[in-house]
Amino acid sequence: MTEAADRAELVRLADVTKRFGDASPALDAVSGSILGGEITGLVGPDGAGKTTLIRLMTGLMLPDSGSVSVLGFTTARDPAAIQAAIGYMPQRFGLYEDLSVQENLDLYADLRGLPKHERAATFDELLTFTDLKRFTGRLAGKLSGGMKQKLGLACALLKKPRLLLLDEPGVGVDPISRRDLWTMVEDLTKEGIGVVWSTAYLDEAEVCDGVLLLNQGKLMFAGKPADMTARVEGRVFRVSGVSGRKRQVLAKLLDEEGIIDGVIQGEALRIVAGQGTEPAFRSAGDGAKAAPAPPRFEDAFVDMLGGGPGGRSRLAEAQQPLAGKDDRPVIEAKGLTKRFGDFTAADGITFDIQRGEIFGLLGPNGAGKSTTFKMLCGLLKPTAGEGRVAGFDLRRDAASARNQLGYMAQKFSLYGDLSIAQNLDFFAGVYGLSGQRKRERIHLMNEIFDFGRHAAQSSKDLPLGLKQRLALACAVMHEPRALFLDEPTSGVDPITRREFWTHINALVEKGVTVLVTTHFMEEAEYCDRISLIYRGRSIALGSPDELKTRVVTDDQPDPTMEDAFIALIRQSEAETRQAA
Amino acid sequence: MSTSPTSDRIRRFAALVRKESYQAVRDPSTTLIAFVLPLILLFLFGYGVSLDTTRTRVGLVMEETTPLTQSLAASFQASRYFAVATNRDRRVFEEDLVNGRIRGILVIPASFTTDYAAGNHPQVQVIVDGSEPNTANFVQNYAQGAVANWERQRQALMAEGAPAISIEQRFWFNPELTSRYFLVPGSIAIVMTLVGTLLTSLVVAREWERGTMEAMMATPVTAVELLIGKIFPYFLLGLAAMTLCVLLAVFLFGVPFRGSVVALYALSATFLVPALGQGLLISAATKNQFLASQLALITAFLPAFLLSGFLFEINSMPTVIQWITFIVPARYLIPSLQTVFLAGDIWPMFLHSIAVMLTIGAVFFLAAARSTRKRIG
Repeated sequence: MTEAADRAELVRLADVTKRFGDASPALDAVSGSILGGEITGLVGPDGAGKTTLIRLMTGLMLPDSGSVSVLGFTTARDPAAIQAAIGYMPQRFGLYEDLSVQENLDLYADLRGLPKHERAATFDELLTFTDLKRFTGRLAGKLSGGMKQKLGLACALLKKPRLLLLDEPGVGVDPISRRDLWTMVEDLTKEGIGVVWSTAYLDEAEVCDGVLLLNQGKLMFAGKPADMTARVEGRVFRVSGVSGRKRQVLAKLLDEEGIIDGVIQGEALRIVAGQGTEPAFRSAGDGAKAAPAPPRFEDAFVDMLGGGPGGRSRLAEAQQPLAGKDDRPVIEAKGLTKRFGDFTAADGITFDIQRGEIFGLLGPNGAGKSTTFKMLCGLLKPTAGEGRVAGFDLRRDAASARNQLGYMAQKFSLYGDLSIAQNLDFFAGVYGLSGQRKRERIHLMNEIFDFGRHAAQSSKDLPLGLKQRLALACAVMHEPRALFLDEPTSGVDPITRREFWTHINALVEKGVTVLVTTHFMEEAEYCDRISLIYRGRSIALGSPDELKTRVVTDDQPDPTMEDAFIALIRQSEAETRQAA
Repeated sequence: MSTSPTSDRIRRFAALVRKESYQAVRDPSTTLIAFVLPLILLFLFGYGVSLDTTRTRVGLVMEETTPLTQSLAASFQASRYFAVATNRDRRVFEEDLVNGRIRGILVIPASFTTDYAAGNHPQVQVIVDGSEPNTANFVQNYAQGAVANWERQRQALMAEGAPAISIEQRFWFNPELTSRYFLVPGSIAIVMTLVGTLLTSLVVAREWERGTMEAMMATPVTAVELLIGKIFPYFLLGLAAMTLCVLLAVFLFGVPFRGSVVALYALSATFLVPALGQGLLISAATKNQFLASQLALITAFLPAFLLSGFLFEINSMPTVIQWITFIVPARYLIPSLQTVFLAGDIWPMFLHSIAVMLTIGAVFFLAAARSTRKRIG
């Protein structure tokens, strides 16, 4: 096949606009193309319009204006011809959970019209490819998240499609399976198949051949990721050896002239300078070293959005410093174990968290981090072991313990049918605020988070960023000593995430203790220490830098958090196998 | 490329039916709705609910004691519908009636013998609790029946000369007026409504909720294949549930079966057309299991119960409500089924019902097909 045929244009988007109701358009005049033989990353935070764009390409949805043509057919005229030639994996697992792996494959083979004589060979090839051979008899509902995605991929590939549309295939999948999936998809592009891989993880964008970056329905960038990162080339620095507390230094640096963005990366800071500026890094102290660092996609995205927020947190400024009564840890877990029937969801989890520390539980979905988390906020009774929050035993005194903590789960914690004002009022009441103090705190939250004109809107209709702020406001209104954050920023845009961590960092400096669960590697870098949870057990505990150092090899001199994560899980698996 | 469009179509259809059957067999809620719920309903109507009165407690006041009144009293006591307590003073029973210990008071007035001798129509006063109209009606009717019986017997005894006022009732087909005979065939219609409409709307809505519908739609399957493939297994399931009910009705409850099996299946199969069509329409419109179940209950289950003549006479409903009953498919099935069970095959009646049910079904299917375009949002 010639290079030209290989890179044929498979999808052309021309001024595509799609609206739902009166809200601002889900897609606003998006134009671009998708080529064969490439992985095109459809990148953007939740609510950016990724799913809508993919559905438009399947012909299951029609644009309000503009046109989508796929493989030479227009979706408005020939959806059937398109659907016969593409493979589509929706965001939600689209297969039948009560059918077995083989039954699902048979069903899709029939639906896609795979000739009988080709089946045995195709099934064999795909099952080998996806490593599902051992599980053909298992019900799809009983597969792990990663295996489900692989099965979905296999079904989408039954009749070799020319275009493969994958809507957030990496969500709910552990990093190892995510890498496997990626490798599989990369193999497909060698045969000339065009792949669309949508994702909210900006780091995934870097490895794509081409990128369509969406934000709030607008196309921000189309092209090679390297062209995107080139815009911040030479402006990214890794600042190490800072004097003083890294979080305070970061906050000050963010307000320094010429600095547009910064995040914590283990013990160092990652700083992006503005165009044409020479930052002095004064707040970092004399001993600090600012070394140029390779730019990342996220740096460029933040730059494109006009830079991150400053370092000030009015939320923390209004907070009274929490003096420790003694040196006892604020959160303690001793051999926490939870069994559901014969399944051990958490097995002897032990750690303690000091005042003013951010502690992370990191692990794939279903590893047991949420179970551990729920036991520590007193929502689940441990089968064995003990947990304490602010000195209160969770078995005997869960109510007192809960009074000391603020809980934020971005996905579930708010009442969608209540407005912002009603949610604030409700949570203030739940946490025991009343009278003057309640009014003051609610007023303050409104001011800090700028809810003003949205205050009367139902919170389920809010943009994700605002929901996230509201969730934080509700969790901190009663000035808790400990904050429990469950996947606090998954899917939100990088600006909102930075704002969030600015608040959290500043609160921690006031003595608040934070326990956070995440499967998001960047977020893990904000933690002082991390416990890596896998299959119910803590397989590693240490600071982000320590964990990374542990897995340094000649091949991998400077591992990322994700590399560390994968390497540590593989080590643990090898050990288990040896023991068995 | 593929072999031929027709064989592709057949293969896709077969695949959908197979998939749906696997799911139906594996999903406990299917068994629950298709087999357990019908059993519960059938037992409820077979044993629990009875519109017959048996041995209602009444008080009998005899204001005079003559051979004549005593023979009437004996007639009441002999009635299989009453458990009679006797007294001379009605005040004794008044409190019992108010407290619900008895259901009615029968008064043989002091003038009874004289009136009867004078050739007047003998009067028996019946006092009932109007707050329970059904029971009150029964007491009244059965009291009248007992009086009529007594009169007939007197006539036979006296041969001639006595006043001859007798109402002779004869119920055809269900001479004992056993309500179970009516209710059990009727409840079969309810069961098929459950399977056809409720279950179908749930399983289609579930595909929307779980996102499997979206994945299916992005394949070469057409909307019609999708719909027909979806309901075909439930059509068979509905007939299976019906068969189970009929077997129970005949062999357990002893309901007579005087018609033909052909008529039974023809009617039931036709009824499933509007039932399934309605289920499809509901799920296509709601795409949400909770809403679908609510809508199915309100627009299909309750009308089949209340507006079909199953429990309440359509003739005694207000005119507007009577009009509404014309679009309730169960209204056509239930009388036909009752006929199949109790009378036999009356094909003109069945054919009319079948035609109407098919028409209603066609409307539902067209509407469902219109709202199940291969589009999201």
